[in-house]
Amino acid sequence: MATIVGAITTSHVPAIGGAIAKKLHQDPYWQPFFAGYPPAREWLAKARPDVVVAFYNDHGLQFFLDKMPTFAVGAAPEYRHADEGWGIPTVAPFRGDPELSWHVIERLIAEEFDLTTCQEMLVDHAFTVPMSLLWPDVDAWPVRVVPIAINTVQYPFPSPARCFRLGQAVGRALEAWDRDVRVLVLGTGGLSHQLDGERAGFINKAFDQMCMEKLVAEPEALTRYSTVDIIREAGVQGVEFVMWLAARGALTGTVARVHASYHIPISNTAAGLLVMENRPRGAAESRAAA
Amino acid sequence: MKVTQAWHGIPGTTIFDGVQARKGYALNKMCYSFNSAENRAAFLADEDAYCAKFGLTPEQREAVRERNVLKLIAAGGNVYYLAKLAGIFHLDVQDLGAQQTGMTKEAFKAKLVEQGR
Repeated sequence: MATIVGAITTSHVPAIGGAIAKKLHQDPYWQPFFAGYPPAREWLAKARPDVVVAFYNDHGLQFFLDKMPTFAVGAAPEYRHADEGWGIPTVAPFRGDPELSWHVIERLIAEEFDLTTCQEMLVDHAFTVPMSLLWPDVDAWPVRVVPIAINTVQYPFPSPARCFRLGQAVGRALEAWDRDVRVLVLGTGGLSHQLDGERAGFINKAFDQMCMEKLVAEPEALTRYSTVDIIREAGVQGVEFVMWLAARGALTGTVARVHASYHIPISNTAAGLLVMENRPRGAAESRAAA
Repeated sequence: MKVTQAWHGIPGTTIFDGVQARKGYALNKMCYSFNSAENRAAFLADEDAYCAKFGLTPEQREAVRERNVLKLIAAGGNVYYLAKLAGIFHLDVQDLGAQQTGMTKEAFKAKLVEQGR
């Protein structure tokens, strides 16, 4: 049986990719942001995931408005980053895990999530930036990946509650995966920000902090928000918080907060990071002893 | 800030719904093409011809000519695709934010920092 080690949820602002490429980690603007990540990497070194299942949103690299899937699950042997048009450096390709992808696809469709399956899929900064934050300076990524894209481009988007339930179904699928692999769940995007309109630059620290607090122990409380509620409270692109809800939904055990970081601003965005450990129910003590 | 879409009532905000997606299709399709360096070069070489190839409406063509983000959004543009157009002119999302709010870039950045306090 696969082991779900936990979830990491993090912002994926494109400028981070540029800052990494230019090695601006100690720059006064960037230092408070990058300082949030070493504890996440220390936890990862102990958690030792083999596979990352990532909820993210494509921003017009893979998907266009001609065909816009609500939920798209990667089933490719390899995923590549590519030119996004405005200059983010590309990163090395990612190894897929088609067997796990198809297992997840079969389980999700059996649970009536009607998906788009992708045997070829470009992944954009929303996938690559968090991976670079978690595994900097690697020649080859140390994990296989299963990307799951959720539409937050063209409204209507799947509701926060629906995204949480998608995550729960992914968690059940992973638990039913008959392989001895360790899985990290990743949720990328947010927190509050708005790029477009006269309201551009909107940030809501109080709402973000409430969401980060509740996500760990009472995520269901956040699923009562509608898409429009989240846009009102967190800005148009703050709706990416649904990726955090999906990732949290996939944690099937008792969830403990390991680390959190929050910083305003990175680019136009309130940047958040949360590391949550998934402890099998009733087995917390035996795990702690091991 | 005025409300531009009655159905949600959030001021200064255009949610990219089906109405916008239909209105903006040609504009967004052109912007999506800018994932390719070759297409970005073709746009710079002959902007009129490139816009004509994608069948932009007069409103969209005017908004592109003026590099006016609010007009581009009113014409159906989605900010994720528009960012690829802006990238051609080396404008980042803070340049876009400053233009849309009528602020200098420095003032816009200061407003962002202020919200963290």
